[in-house]
Amino acid sequence: MVRLITHNLLACHVKGCTSNNFPLEFKDVQVVLRESEFNPDFLRGFIPKLEWTALVGAARQLGDTSLPDQPPEMLDDDFLKTLHHVLLEIHVEEGIMICPNCKHNYPISNGIPNMLLAEHEIG
Amino acid sequence: MSRPELIAPPEIYYGDIEAKKYTGNTRNQQIQADMTYRALELLNLPPDEPAFLLDIGCGSGLSGEILDEEGYLWAGVDISPSMLEVALEREVDGDLFLQDIGQGFGFRPGSFDGAISISVLQWLLNAETSHPTSSPPHRLSRFFTTLHSSLRNPSRAVFQFYPSSDDQIQLITSIAQKAGFGGGIVVDYPNSKKAKKVFLCLYVGGGGGGAQQLPEGLDGEEVDDGKVRFERRREREKSKNGKRKSIKDKDWILKKKELYRKRGKEGVPNDSKFTGRKRRPVF
Repeated sequence: MVRLITHNLLACHVKGCTSNNFPLEFKDVQVVLRESEFNPDFLRGFIPKLEWTALVGAARQLGDTSLPDQPPEMLDDDFLKTLHHVLLEIHVEEGIMICPNCKHNYPISNGIPNMLLAEHEIG
Repeated sequence: MSRPELIAPPEIYYGDIEAKKYTGNTRNQQIQADMTYRALELLNLPPDEPAFLLDIGCGSGLSGEILDEEGYLWAGVDISPSMLEVALEREVDGDLFLQDIGQGFGFRPGSFDGAISISVLQWLLNAETSHPTSSPPHRLSRFFTTLHSSLRNPSRAVFQFYPSSDDQIQLITSIAQKAGFGGGIVVDYPNSKKAKKVFLCLYVGGGGGGAQQLPEGLDGEEVDDGKVRFERRREREKSKNGKRKSIKDKDWILKKKELYRKRGKEGVPNDSKFTGRKRRPVF
Protein backbone atom coordinates (compact mmCIF):
# COMPACT_ATOMS: atom_id res chain seq x y z
CA MET A 1 0.00 0.00 0.00
CA VAL A 2 2.51 2.58 -1.07
CA ARG A 3 0.44 5.65 -1.66
CA LEU A 4 1.89 8.82 -3.05
CA ILE A 5 1.35 10.53 0.27
CA THR A 6 3.98 8.32 1.88
CA HIS A 7 6.12 8.13 -1.22
CA ASN A 8 6.36 11.89 -0.98
CA LEU A 9 7.87 11.57 2.49
CA LEU A 10 10.20 8.74 1.70
CA ALA A 11 13.89 9.32 1.08
CA CYS A 12 16.72 6.83 0.86
CA HIS A 13 18.34 6.04 4.22
CA VAL A 14 21.40 4.11 3.12
CA LYS A 15 24.64 5.04 4.87
CA GLY A 16 26.26 8.09 3.34
CA CYS A 17 23.42 8.67 0.89
CA THR A 18 22.41 12.11 2.03
CA SER A 19 22.00 14.28 -1.03
CA ASN A 20 19.83 13.82 -4.09
CA ASN A 21 18.23 10.82 -2.35
CA PHE A 22 14.68 11.98 -2.93
CA PRO A 23 12.28 11.20 -4.52
CA LEU A 24 12.65 7.48 -5.07
CA GLU A 25 11.89 6.46 -8.65
CA PHE A 26 9.25 3.88 -9.43
CA LYS A 27 9.98 0.97 -11.74
CA ASP A 28 7.87 -1.93 -12.99
CA VAL A 29 4.89 -0.85 -10.96
CA GLN A 30 1.44 -2.36 -10.69
CA VAL A 31 -1.12 0.15 -9.54
CA VAL A 32 -4.45 -0.48 -7.88
CA LEU A 33 -7.08 2.17 -7.28
CA ARG A 34 -8.99 2.04 -4.01
CA GLU A 35 -11.51 4.59 -2.98
CA SER A 36 -11.09 6.26 0.37
CA GLU A 37 -12.87 8.89 2.38
CA PHE A 38 -12.40 12.49 1.23
CA ASN A 39 -11.04 14.70 3.98
CA PRO A 40 -10.49 18.29 2.76
CA ASP A 41 -9.25 19.60 6.14
CA PHE A 42 -6.49 17.05 6.27
CA LEU A 43 -5.41 17.85 2.71
CA ARG A 44 -5.32 21.59 3.37
CA GLY A 45 -3.07 20.96 6.37
CA PHE A 46 -0.89 18.59 4.44
CA ILE A 47 -0.20 20.69 1.33
CA PRO A 48 2.62 22.74 2.95
CA LYS A 49 4.43 19.50 3.76
CA LEU A 50 4.31 18.21 0.21
CA GLU A 51 7.24 18.39 -2.15
CA TRP A 52 5.11 19.41 -5.10
CA THR A 53 7.50 18.72 -8.00
CA ALA A 54 8.29 15.29 -6.60
CA LEU A 55 4.60 14.52 -6.24
CA VAL A 56 3.79 15.60 -9.80
CA GLY A 57 6.77 13.61 -11.09
CA ALA A 58 5.76 10.48 -9.21
CA ALA A 59 2.13 10.81 -10.29
CA ARG A 60 3.22 11.07 -13.92
CA GLN A 61 5.43 8.01 -13.56
CA LEU A 62 2.31 6.18 -12.44
CA GLY A 63 0.39 7.53 -15.42
CA ASP A 64 -1.72 10.17 -13.71
CA THR A 65 -1.38 13.61 -15.27
CA SER A 66 -4.24 15.37 -13.54
CA LEU A 67 -2.03 17.57 -11.34
CA PRO A 68 -0.78 21.00 -12.51
CA ASP A 69 2.96 21.82 -12.50
CA GLN A 70 2.49 24.39 -9.77
CA PRO A 71 0.09 24.14 -6.84
CA PRO A 72 -2.76 26.57 -7.51
CA GLU A 73 -3.26 29.61 -5.31
CA MET A 74 -6.93 28.87 -4.77
CA LEU A 75 -7.72 25.54 -3.14
CA ASP A 76 -11.16 24.81 -4.52
CA ASP A 77 -13.00 21.54 -4.01
CA ASP A 78 -12.25 20.24 -7.50
CA PHE A 79 -8.54 20.62 -6.97
CA LEU A 80 -8.68 19.01 -3.53
CA LYS A 81 -10.61 16.06 -4.98
CA THR A 82 -7.94 15.55 -7.63
CA LEU A 83 -5.23 15.82 -5.01
CA HIS A 84 -7.10 13.39 -2.78
CA HIS A 85 -7.30 10.91 -5.63
CA VAL A 86 -3.58 11.18 -6.41
CA LEU A 87 -2.37 11.15 -2.82
CA LEU A 88 -4.61 8.61 -1.17
CA GLU A 89 -6.34 6.43 -3.75
CA ILE A 90 -3.49 5.29 -5.97
CA HIS A 91 -1.86 2.26 -4.36
CA VAL A 92 1.30 0.75 -5.74
CA GLU A 93 1.03 -2.98 -5.15
CA GLU A 94 4.12 -4.38 -6.83
CA GLY A 95 7.29 -2.86 -8.20
CA ILE A 96 10.60 -1.36 -7.19
CA MET A 97 11.57 2.02 -5.80
CA ILE A 98 15.07 3.12 -6.76
CA CYS A 99 17.17 5.77 -5.03
CA PRO A 100 18.28 8.32 -7.65
CA ASN A 101 21.64 8.73 -5.92
CA CYS A 102 22.92 5.35 -4.71
CA LYS A 103 20.61 3.19 -6.86
CA HIS A 104 19.52 1.11 -3.90
CA ASN A 105 16.44 -0.92 -4.78
CA TYR A 106 13.51 -1.03 -2.41
CA PRO A 107 11.26 -3.81 -3.68
CA ILE A 108 7.54 -3.51 -3.12
CA SER A 109 5.65 -6.76 -2.79
CA ASN A 110 2.03 -7.16 -1.83
CA GLY A 111 1.90 -3.43 -1.34
CA ILE A 112 4.56 -3.43 1.37
CA PRO A 113 7.92 -1.87 0.54
CA ASN A 114 10.93 -3.65 1.94
CA MET A 115 13.07 -0.95 3.53
CA LEU A 116 15.56 -3.32 5.16
CA LEU A 117 19.23 -2.60 4.59
CA ALA A 118 22.22 -4.89 4.48
CA GLU A 119 24.77 -4.55 7.27
CA HIS A 120 27.24 -2.45 5.26
CA GLU A 121 24.50 0.01 4.30
CA ILE A 122 23.47 0.89 7.85
CA GLY A 123 24.43 4.39 8.89
CA MET B 1 6.57 -12.23 33.24
CA SER B 2 7.64 -13.86 30.02
CA ARG B 3 9.94 -11.84 27.84
CA PRO B 4 9.61 -12.77 24.17
CA GLU B 5 12.40 -10.38 23.22
CA LEU B 6 14.83 -12.71 24.98
CA ILE B 7 13.72 -15.70 22.95
CA ALA B 8 14.35 -14.58 19.38
CA PRO B 9 14.59 -11.44 17.25
CA PRO B 10 11.15 -9.96 16.46
CA GLU B 11 11.03 -10.93 12.79
CA ILE B 12 11.59 -14.55 13.81
CA TYR B 13 9.57 -14.62 17.03
CA TYR B 14 6.53 -13.18 15.30
CA GLY B 15 6.43 -15.79 12.57
CA ASP B 16 3.22 -16.83 10.84
CA ILE B 17 1.86 -18.78 13.79
CA GLU B 18 2.78 -16.39 16.58
CA ALA B 19 1.53 -13.39 14.57
CA LYS B 20 -1.91 -14.97 14.15
CA LYS B 21 -2.00 -16.06 17.78
CA TYR B 22 -1.03 -12.63 19.03
CA THR B 23 -3.56 -10.82 16.91
CA GLY B 24 -6.40 -13.22 17.61
CA ASN B 25 -5.98 -13.05 21.36
CA THR B 26 -8.74 -10.84 22.73
CA ARG B 27 -6.74 -10.10 25.87
CA ASN B 28 -3.87 -8.76 23.77
CA GLN B 29 -6.34 -6.76 21.71
CA GLN B 30 -7.80 -5.20 24.82
CA ILE B 31 -4.41 -4.34 26.32
CA GLN B 32 -3.16 -2.91 23.03
CA ALA B 33 -6.29 -0.85 22.64
CA ASP B 34 -6.07 0.57 26.15
CA MET B 35 -2.44 1.49 25.71
CA THR B 36 -3.06 3.05 22.33
CA TYR B 37 -5.79 5.27 23.75
CA ARG B 38 -3.52 6.25 26.62
CA ALA B 39 -0.64 6.96 24.20
CA LEU B 40 -2.92 9.15 22.11
CA GLU B 41 -3.91 10.98 25.27
CA LEU B 42 -0.26 11.58 26.11
CA LEU B 43 0.40 12.66 22.54
CA ASN B 44 -1.88 15.60 23.24
CA LEU B 45 -2.69 16.35 19.62
CA PRO B 46 -4.74 19.45 18.91
CA PRO B 47 -8.39 18.34 18.74
CA ASP B 48 -10.39 18.36 15.52
CA GLU B 49 -7.28 18.58 13.39
CA PRO B 50 -6.58 15.57 11.23
CA ALA B 51 -3.00 14.52 11.86
CA PHE B 52 -0.58 12.23 10.08
CA LEU B 53 1.00 9.82 12.56
CA LEU B 54 3.73 7.23 12.51
CA ASP B 55 3.05 3.91 14.22
CA ILE B 56 6.42 2.41 15.10
CA GLY B 57 6.21 -1.35 15.31
CA CYS B 58 2.64 -1.38 14.05
CA GLY B 59 2.56 -5.16 13.89
CA SER B 60 -0.79 -6.46 12.72
CA GLY B 61 -2.38 -3.05 13.01
CA LEU B 62 -4.14 -3.48 16.35
CA SER B 63 -3.17 0.05 17.32
CA GLY B 64 -3.57 1.26 13.76
CA GLU B 65 -7.23 0.28 13.82
CA ILE B 66 -7.74 2.64 16.71
CA LEU B 67 -5.94 5.41 14.86
CA ASP B 68 -8.32 4.79 11.97
CA GLU B 69 -11.29 4.97 14.30
CA GLU B 70 -10.07 8.21 15.81
CA GLY B 71 -9.80 9.70 12.35
CA TYR B 72 -6.05 9.91 12.00
CA LEU B 73 -4.11 9.04 8.90
CA TRP B 74 -1.05 6.99 9.62
CA ALA B 75 1.89 5.06 8.30
CA GLY B 76 3.25 2.03 10.11
CA VAL B 77 6.58 0.28 10.15
CA ASP B 78 7.33 -3.21 11.43
CA ILE B 79 10.09 -5.72 10.97
CA SER B 80 7.96 -8.86 10.99
CA PRO B 81 6.62 -9.77 7.53
CA SER B 82 4.12 -12.18 9.08
CA MET B 83 2.63 -9.46 11.26
CA LEU B 84 2.36 -7.14 8.26
CA GLU B 85 0.63 -9.90 6.33
CA VAL B 86 -1.96 -10.18 9.08
CA ALA B 87 -2.33 -6.40 8.93
CA LEU B 88 -3.02 -6.64 5.20
CA GLU B 89 -5.65 -9.30 5.84
CA ARG B 90 -7.29 -7.05 8.40
CA GLU B 91 -7.39 -4.26 5.81
CA VAL B 92 -6.06 -1.42 7.92
CA ASP B 93 -6.02 1.98 6.29
CA GLY B 94 -2.44 3.01 6.97
CA ASP B 95 0.59 2.56 4.73
CA LEU B 96 2.80 -0.28 5.89
CA PHE B 97 6.56 -0.57 5.64
CA LEU B 98 8.81 -3.53 6.27
CA GLN B 99 11.56 -1.78 8.13
CA ASP B 100 14.05 -2.32 10.94
CA ILE B 101 13.68 0.72 13.16
CA GLY B 102 17.21 0.15 14.48
CA GLN B 103 18.47 0.95 10.99
CA GLY B 104 16.86 4.37 11.05
CA PHE B 105 14.13 5.96 8.96
CA GLY B 106 14.42 7.67 5.62
CA PHE B 107 11.48 10.00 6.03
CA ARG B 108 11.83 13.62 4.99
CA PRO B 109 12.21 16.14 7.84
CA GLY B 110 8.94 17.19 9.41
CA SER B 111 6.89 14.41 7.84
CA PHE B 112 4.80 13.40 10.83
CA ASP B 113 2.63 15.20 13.37
CA GLY B 114 3.45 12.62 16.01
CA ALA B 115 4.54 9.07 16.61
CA ILE B 116 3.28 6.27 18.81
CA SER B 117 4.80 2.93 19.54
CA ILE B 118 3.26 0.19 21.66
CA SER B 119 5.45 -2.51 23.22
CA VAL B 120 8.37 -2.09 20.88
CA LEU B 121 11.40 -0.38 22.41
CA GLN B 122 12.39 -3.38 24.49
CA TRP B 123 13.05 -5.26 21.27
CA LEU B 124 15.87 -2.86 20.49
CA LEU B 125 17.78 -3.76 23.62
CA ASN B 126 19.25 -7.04 22.43
CA ALA B 127 22.19 -7.40 20.07
CA GLU B 128 21.50 -10.02 17.40
CA THR B 129 24.96 -10.08 15.81
CA SER B 130 28.39 -8.90 16.85
CA HIS B 131 28.52 -6.34 14.05
CA PRO B 132 29.02 -2.83 15.51
CA THR B 133 25.82 -1.58 13.87
CA SER B 134 23.79 -4.10 15.78
CA SER B 135 24.78 -2.99 19.28
CA PRO B 136 21.77 -1.65 21.18
CA PRO B 137 23.18 1.87 21.81
CA HIS B 138 24.05 2.27 18.14
CA ARG B 139 20.64 1.09 16.99
CA LEU B 140 18.84 3.23 19.55
CA SER B 141 20.75 6.36 18.61
CA ARG B 142 20.21 5.74 14.89
CA PHE B 143 16.51 5.23 15.61
CA PHE B 144 16.07 8.31 17.78
CA THR B 145 18.08 10.70 15.58
CA THR B 146 16.26 9.75 12.38
CA LEU B 147 12.92 9.80 14.20
CA HIS B 148 13.66 13.22 15.64
CA SER B 149 14.26 14.68 12.22
CA SER B 150 11.19 13.09 10.67
CA LEU B 151 8.85 14.62 13.25
CA ARG B 152 7.36 18.06 12.93
CA ASN B 153 8.47 20.81 15.29
CA PRO B 154 6.71 21.01 17.72
CA SER B 155 5.35 17.52 18.19
CA ARG B 156 5.51 14.51 20.47
CA ALA B 157 6.35 10.85 20.34
CA VAL B 158 4.96 8.40 22.88
CA PHE B 159 6.41 4.94 23.40
CA GLN B 160 4.94 2.32 25.66
CA PHE B 161 7.53 -0.31 26.50
CA TYR B 162 8.47 -2.97 29.04
CA PRO B 163 11.85 -2.20 30.55
CA SER B 164 13.37 -5.00 32.59
CA SER B 165 15.66 -2.75 34.63
CA ASP B 166 16.30 0.86 35.51
CA ASP B 167 19.54 0.71 33.53
CA GLN B 168 17.54 0.09 30.39
CA ILE B 169 15.33 3.11 31.06
CA GLN B 170 18.43 5.20 31.66
CA LEU B 171 20.09 4.03 28.45
CA ILE B 172 17.01 4.78 26.39
CA THR B 173 16.34 8.22 27.87
CA SER B 174 19.97 9.32 27.65
CA ILE B 175 20.21 8.36 23.99
CA ALA B 176 16.89 10.04 23.25
CA GLN B 177 18.15 13.21 24.90
CA LYS B 178 21.34 13.12 22.86
CA ALA B 179 19.23 12.83 19.74
CA GLY B 180 17.59 16.13 20.67
CA PHE B 181 14.38 15.03 22.34
CA GLY B 182 13.03 16.54 25.52
CA GLY B 183 10.65 14.78 27.86
CA GLY B 184 10.92 11.71 30.01
CA ILE B 185 9.23 8.72 31.54
CA VAL B 186 5.61 8.61 32.64
CA VAL B 187 4.58 5.64 34.76
CA ASP B 188 0.94 4.65 35.08
CA TYR B 189 -0.15 2.78 38.21
CA PRO B 190 3.40 2.62 39.63
CA ASN B 191 2.29 0.60 42.65
CA SER B 192 0.54 -2.13 40.78
CA LYS B 193 2.36 -5.14 39.49
CA LYS B 194 -0.08 -5.93 36.73
CA ALA B 195 -1.41 -2.57 35.63
CA LYS B 196 1.92 -0.73 35.77
CA LYS B 197 2.76 0.73 32.38
CA VAL B 198 5.85 2.68 31.42
CA PHE B 199 5.55 5.37 28.77
CA LEU B 200 8.43 7.28 27.27
CA CYS B 201 7.08 10.68 26.36
CA LEU B 202 9.39 12.60 24.04
CA TYR B 203 9.10 16.16 22.76
CA VAL B 204 10.44 17.73 19.63
CA GLY B 205 10.84 21.44 20.24
CA GLY B 206 8.21 22.67 22.68
CA GLY B 207 6.30 19.41 22.45
CA GLY B 208 3.09 21.15 21.43
CA GLY B 209 0.53 22.48 23.84
CA GLY B 210 2.77 25.07 25.50
CA ALA B 211 4.78 24.08 28.54
CA GLN B 212 7.28 21.23 28.56
CA GLN B 213 5.50 19.73 31.50
CA LEU B 214 5.51 15.98 31.62
CA PRO B 215 1.99 14.64 31.96
CA GLU B 216 1.10 12.92 35.21
CA GLY B 217 1.00 9.19 35.29
CA LEU B 218 -2.27 7.61 36.25
CA ASP B 219 -2.46 6.59 39.85
CA GLY B 220 -4.80 5.13 42.42
CA GLU B 221 -7.13 2.23 42.05
CA GLU B 222 -6.91 0.13 38.99
CA VAL B 223 -9.99 -0.08 36.90
CA ASP B 224 -12.09 -2.95 38.16
CA ASP B 225 -12.91 -5.44 35.48
CA GLY B 226 -15.67 -7.08 37.50
CA LYS B 227 -13.53 -9.99 38.64
CA VAL B 228 -12.49 -10.64 42.20
CA ARG B 229 -8.81 -9.94 42.63
CA PHE B 230 -6.49 -11.79 45.00
CA GLU B 231 -9.35 -13.82 46.40
CA ARG B 232 -7.17 -16.48 47.95
CA ARG B 233 -4.80 -14.04 49.54
CA ARG B 234 -7.68 -12.12 51.03
CA GLU B 235 -8.95 -15.30 52.62
CA ARG B 236 -5.55 -15.95 54.16
CA GLU B 237 -5.32 -12.38 55.38
CA LYS B 238 -8.71 -12.61 57.03
CA SER B 239 -7.71 -15.55 59.20
CA LYS B 240 -4.60 -13.68 60.33
CA ASN B 241 -6.60 -10.71 61.56
CA GLY B 242 -7.40 -10.59 65.31
CA LYS B 243 -6.58 -13.33 67.83
CA ARG B 244 -6.69 -16.79 66.53
CA LYS B 245 -9.17 -18.87 68.47
CA SER B 246 -7.59 -21.78 70.25
CA ILE B 247 -8.70 -25.13 69.00
CA LYS B 248 -8.33 -26.68 72.46
CA ASP B 249 -11.12 -24.76 74.16
CA LYS B 250 -13.40 -26.00 76.93
CA ASP B 251 -15.71 -27.87 74.55
CA TRP B 252 -12.78 -29.72 73.03
CA ILE B 253 -11.47 -30.75 76.45
CA LEU B 254 -14.91 -31.98 77.60
CA LYS B 255 -15.31 -33.93 74.39
CA LYS B 256 -11.93 -35.58 74.83
CA LYS B 257 -12.59 -36.48 78.46
CA GLU B 258 -15.93 -38.00 77.49
CA LEU B 259 -14.17 -40.03 74.86
CA TYR B 260 -11.52 -41.31 77.27
CA ARG B 261 -14.21 -42.28 79.83
CA LYS B 262 -16.11 -44.18 77.17
CA ARG B 263 -12.95 -46.03 76.24
CA GLY B 264 -12.47 -46.91 79.92
CA LYS B 265 -9.30 -44.96 80.48
CA GLU B 266 -8.36 -44.61 84.13
CA GLY B 267 -7.73 -41.39 85.98
CA VAL B 268 -9.71 -39.05 83.77
CA PRO B 269 -10.19 -35.85 85.83
CA ASN B 270 -13.67 -34.86 86.86
CA ASP B 271 -15.43 -32.04 85.06
CA SER B 272 -15.84 -28.88 87.12
CA LYS B 273 -16.27 -25.13 86.68
CA PHE B 274 -12.46 -24.90 86.50
CA THR B 275 -12.17 -27.23 83.50
CA GLY B 276 -10.31 -25.57 80.62
CA ARG B 277 -9.29 -22.51 82.63
CA LYS B 278 -5.82 -21.11 82.58
CA ARG B 279 -3.65 -21.76 85.61
CA ARG B 280 -2.69 -18.23 86.74
CA PRO B 281 0.50 -17.64 88.69
CA VAL B 282 -0.48 -17.62 92.39
CA PHE B 283 0.73 -14.89 94.64
